[in-house]
Amino acid sequence: MTHFRLVQEFLEKSAQKLPDKIALVCGERRLTYAEIDEKANRVANALKKMGVSRGDRVALFMQNSVELVIGIFAVLKADAVFVAINPTTKPDKLVYILNNCAVTCLFFSPQQKMDLGETRQHCPSLKAFILTQGEYIHLSENKNVYLFDEILKTSPSNRPIPKNIDLDLACLIYTSGSTGEPKGVMSDHSNIIFAVDSITSYIGNTEDDIVIDVLPLSFDYGLYQLLMVFSFGGRLILEKGFNYPAQILTQIEKEKVTGFPGVPTIFSMLVNMDLSSYDLSSLRYMTNTAAALPPAHILKIRDTFPNVKLFSMYGLTETKRTLYLPPSQLDVKPDSVGIAIPGTEVWIEDENGNRLGPGEVGELVVRGRHVMRGYWGDEKLSAQRFRPGRIPGERLCYTGDLFKMDEDGYFYFVARKDDIIKSRGEKVSPKEVENTIYKINGVYEVAVVGVPDEILGQAIKAFIVKSDPQLTEADVLRYCRNNLEDFMVPKYIEFVAELPKTSSGKIKKAVL
Amino acid sequence: MSSNIEQQIKEYIAENILFSSDGYPYPEETSFMENGIVDSMNVMEIVAYVEETFGIRVEDREIIPANFDSVKNLANYLRMKGVNGK
Repeated sequence: MTHFRLVQEFLEKSAQKLPDKIALVCGERRLTYAEIDEKANRVANALKKMGVSRGDRVALFMQNSVELVIGIFAVLKADAVFVAINPTTKPDKLVYILNNCAVTCLFFSPQQKMDLGETRQHCPSLKAFILTQGEYIHLSENKNVYLFDEILKTSPSNRPIPKNIDLDLACLIYTSGSTGEPKGVMSDHSNIIFAVDSITSYIGNTEDDIVIDVLPLSFDYGLYQLLMVFSFGGRLILEKGFNYPAQILTQIEKEKVTGFPGVPTIFSMLVNMDLSSYDLSSLRYMTNTAAALPPAHILKIRDTFPNVKLFSMYGLTETKRTLYLPPSQLDVKPDSVGIAIPGTEVWIEDENGNRLGPGEVGELVVRGRHVMRGYWGDEKLSAQRFRPGRIPGERLCYTGDLFKMDEDGYFYFVARKDDIIKSRGEKVSPKEVENTIYKINGVYEVAVVGVPDEILGQAIKAFIVKSDPQLTEADVLRYCRNNLEDFMVPKYIEFVAELPKTSSGKIKKAVL
Repeated sequence: MSSNIEQQIKEYIAENILFSSDGYPYPEETSFMENGIVDSMNVMEIVAYVEETFGIRVEDREIIPANFDSVKNLANYLRMKGVNGK
């Protein structure tokens, strides 16, 4: 197999081996490995000329697109650290993230409707902006703003000589934490290369695989589809989302897709559709993560796609992927999320650090090169999640998730130790939603919980005590929609006279 | 000048998806998906809304951007399904 030292080599080595192969299909556009590599070189050289230095953070704020793919590899080629930001992120949180890791350059698309002046004013570390489509006409001012298309025309195409080594950071992935503030998980090049190799080995990926990616590249599961496909020289069909399932099914048919990664929400939508009129026989495997699939959905998928291997998986951004269930075990242990991914180990500990045996419930602990480097700028939180192992210098990840193991060593998710909600496959911090709702005039008190939902996994529900009787559900939802990412907007609002409290005054969410 | 169908769709999206107090703020041709106006859950809500309001049946195969990804596309699709604005 090909040996990689830096993440950009996934692209570079495939471009060397398979220059004319179509690597990326996005809408009407089809690009070869050589084309993507050349464009990424041009953008990387431009970044360096703009003053982006080794280790600088460069953010990309846009929907899945050709420019996002090129941008990610360009940042790596410039020895910098990429930060892909969810395109539905609202201005306050965008500013928080840009300042949290002191971003020096920001790629953005005109569809983001970002207020350049405001962003510039609130983020003093930003030295340059790259507008990925369109002209300056989209902007009220254009100081230090560069056009992506101009860069491709004018910047040199030579490959920059890397200064980074595999211990340098490759990316930050922002994820929700129980504190309510997003935190940037730091991945170095070796973490990513190890995780990609481990995952592609158990899936058994080859150059012939064609993978459809409907998940945002700002989400690690979506991002790794790109990284994995480029590592084995396959083809990625990149979509902007799963808004139109029929379109995705048509793409699977047309592009002869072999791999389909999804989350429970996507599979719930699929099993409720009539799939008989599509030829989906090219599909070889499907993967599910973020939350377990209901057994009824597993059965329906197995019935509809008898030749497809279905991988049930579990992971958290802090280790990328942690567990996977070999498809042969799916009928035997449908509730399990499996065993440690190849080359890693996991176990269960009680609160005193004792390893627990079969049937006992404790926290899942992970050991391996996929354990990431910590949270950007947050040593305290990093020290809680990433703790020293037995060998000096090593890090273990304490997942914060309660698991149990059976006699055969297969793991079963029991519950989270914190109150994070999983909705549509994404983590939602109740605290972050509550903090937003507290900013609405007329809200006296709020508690946000997850409630079971057949499609979403968990739906977000907010219980609100009003201080202004005029406050309506629409007022709350409007504010949430304007200030939270799509997947964090509550599905249900319930106005209550008071919230149940403990004797110390803490809200008792368990009884809501 | 928008016809009644366009107007009805705009009102529905403004009130139920954008929770906007001042109407639908985009041109009728604006892509919902490209501009983050609706997400995948909202598409399902729009399908349920048009089935109920206009008394039509939407086939899974018809839920594609050409039919659902802008006010204009959706209005044209509804007309094709025999809906007349009232």
